[in-house]
Amino acid sequence: MNEFDQLYREVILDHYKNPRNHGLLDPADARAEGQNPLCGDEITVSVRLGEGDVIEEVGFDGRGCAISQAATSMLTDLVKGKTALEVAEMPKEALLDELGIPLTPVRLKCAILGLGVIKVALHKAKGTPLPEEWGTSTRDLVLD
Amino acid sequence: MAVTTQPKLDAQRIRADFAYLEELVNGKPFAYLDSAVSTQKPRQVLDAMREFYEHSYTNVHRSVYRLAERATEGFEGARQKVAAFVNAPSEREVIFTRSSTEALNLVAYAWGLDNLGKGDLVVVTELEHHSNFVPWQYVAKRTGATFRHIPIDDQGELQLDVLDSLAREGTVKVVANNLVSNSLGTINPVEKLAAWAHEQGAIMVVDAAQAAPHRPIDVQALGCDFLAFSSHKMCGPSGVGALWGRRELLEEMSPFNLGGEMIRSVSIDKTTWNELPYKFEAGTPAIAEAYGFGVAIDYISEIGLEAIERHEQELVTYAMGRLAGLDWVTVYGPPADRRAGIVSFNVDGVHPHDVSQLLDWEGIAVRGGHHCTQPLMTRLGVSATTRASFYVYTIPEEVDRLVDGLHKVKKSLG
Ligand SMILES: Cc1ncc(COP(=O)(O)O)c(C=O)c1O
Repeated sequence: MNEFDQLYREVILDHYKNPRNHGLLDPADARAEGQNPLCGDEITVSVRLGEGDVIEEVGFDGRGCAISQAATSMLTDLVKGKTALEVAEMPKEALLDELGIPLTPVRLKCAILGLGVIKVALHKAKGTPLPEEWGTSTRDLVLD
Repeated sequence: MAVTTQPKLDAQRIRADFAYLEELVNGKPFAYLDSAVSTQKPRQVLDAMREFYEHSYTNVHRSVYRLAERATEGFEGARQKVAAFVNAPSEREVIFTRSSTEALNLVAYAWGLDNLGKGDLVVVTELEHHSNFVPWQYVAKRTGATFRHIPIDDQGELQLDVLDSLAREGTVKVVANNLVSNSLGTINPVEKLAAWAHEQGAIMVVDAAQAAPHRPIDVQALGCDFLAFSSHKMCGPSGVGALWGRRELLEEMSPFNLGGEMIRSVSIDKTTWNELPYKFEAGTPAIAEAYGFGVAIDYISEIGLEAIERHEQELVTYAMGRLAGLDWVTVYGPPADRRAGIVSFNVDGVHPHDVSQLLDWEGIAVRGGHHCTQPLMTRLGVSATTRASFYVYTIPEEVDRLVDGLHKVKKSLG
């Protein structure tokens, strides 16, 4: 397999060109947005929760490279039916295994952006644990 | 009759000075089209730094033994070269910093905190690098001053017709602008802005990080008050940069970093500051790096800044001509004759990260991202661009390879 086919596997390109669960839910029970400061990729994820905080519906919007958008699309399929806590505790390897592509450290950040965003959304809405590696920085400079 | 010959740069001969060119990427020659992020280093600079470390190195301005004298001479010699390079009236007005970023922070903090307040305006532009944007945004917030920007038009050029209405909003105290935009390559009308700033009683702060490597700079002709640039973008080592500042302003300013070297005397109740430029150089500086910075200035000065400017002008004209032939590529910024050797573009339907990934496999290094200019990206309505940037060692064949590579990108992902 050449490098192109390894990184841009057919399934990745499929998710990129036909993203699943695309579009934000309104209303939603949890919602957050995140950026990759390195390249400006943006992702917003919204979630509707059912009984026992099980994720019933999830929708995302964003712009960025094929890896970030495809990974988030795959993620939305992956988290449906899981509880908020299960997603909060989901290791990044769960998503990376699904992606199944070799990633350099820079591209890794693209791949896990969506996962970080959904963890933040659930943390904000449901107080699920948010280990430091996923946290966003506080005390923004806000101009009024 | 006088005959004028335009100096021409021999890129092929220059290429022999750069070891990276001997390397293959994926079995292909390496086309480094990312010099705006940082340039490659010629052997002359690396050899001189090694020689300096081996035979002239210790801390500066401290000891009396011979080696210390040589180290200090090397370091101060570099300061003289930096001063001459930008035509500074005195080398005492040249402060070594870590980088352009630190130089700009120095001005924002050391001048801004003491001189800004409510009713004052800090004016930046929509195409500033974050390093000449965020420090001003922050210091404006801290001091209660108003933070404003000069917008750009669709060609990426500053809309100076807003100046009058800006002046009516308050007392303009700072105008901050880059001489060359790192994202679009726009050459900005800094002289005009400096004249306007001075009419308002404001200071003019120029970020020359992308200008100093590529065109002759004369701080007196620009009429600015501060000018910042980085060694690593002009064939020198990273870790060192320079701030030139107008003497009267530097004299009045409070220090930025405090500690050793920047003091005249210290007691329990009182500390007095050292003279310029040491007042702003606390602690052990990047000694060999400053020395290497000076050697890099010699290196590019020998090639000739006019010749470099012309070489890049030829490359950018050629590149924009070739890209104009691709109707699935959008190029941002002004026409070739009003820009430096930087071309930012997007391939329809393909994110710059993916573009640069695919080009890497072809042995071509370009940058995909927001280039530390998010407000500009917002203005352009994109989250990122792909940027190709050129320097003394770039040849037209590398532009051809870029275009061939883009055809492959289009075929695979477009
Ligand atoms: C226009 C401009 N200003 C400032 C900087 C910051 O330079 P440094 O990272 O060397 O501090 C850069 C470098 O990317 C730049 O391109």
